[in-house]
Amino acid sequence: MKNEDLIAKLKTIVQPYVQDEDAFNNLSEETTFVGDLKINSANLVDIILDVEDEFDIRIENEEMEQMLSVKAAMAIVNSKIAS
Amino acid sequence: MDTEHILKLLPYEPPFLFVDGLSRISEEGVTGNYTFKETEYFYKGHFRNQPVTPGVILTECMAQIGVVCLGIYLLKDEITENFKPEIALTSSAVDFYLPVFPGETVTVISEKVVFRFHKLKCNVKLFNQKEELVCRGTISGMLKPKGND
Repeated sequence: MKNEDLIAKLKTIVQPYVQDEDAFNNLSEETTFVGDLKINSANLVDIILDVEDEFDIRIENEEMEQMLSVKAAMAIVNSKIAS
Repeated sequence: MDTEHILKLLPYEPPFLFVDGLSRISEEGVTGNYTFKETEYFYKGHFRNQPVTPGVILTECMAQIGVVCLGIYLLKDEITENFKPEIALTSSAVDFYLPVFPGETVTVISEKVVFRFHKLKCNVKLFNQKEELVCRGTISGMLKPKGND
């Protein structure tokens, strides 16, 4: 999947949980979910579950702990859909 | 893990403990009860000269039985002598249908929707003694065992 397509899909998933709208409007690969978008830990779990449904993948506990930024999320999704 | 052990691990004390007992618990859900004593502190002010159990207290009762007790049960393999449950309410959406007056016993029935990455989300209903639905909703919380070392 092309990076811009992947980011667009992630943005759609993340949007309902975002607290900082400005950070969301300026979202890049470097954006972090908790630090920049001010998403709480419970909604971070919702995002992971939505990502699993959207891409039909299963994310494990250790991977979830690494999914702190858009870039990290993209890397994990890419590794899963490629395999 | 039995009911007595779960109740002992609850981090609440009166006047903010709203669980008397559990009659059923499994990986999928829990049923428990609480009797609102006529002496509960909040009846003095809610409402003046007309005591009615506040909705936030009913929500708290649903959360303590439906999410926290169930969550402790689900964490049973991770909870040890040195690791106690650390909990936080993260969302609640509840609709109310009937009032609960001083002295009433309520039954809470909770069904697990999802428990992953330490987040527990449940559909919870609260019934009165006549088995009428008092309120229902969806409540979520984060539950983690936390070490004291």
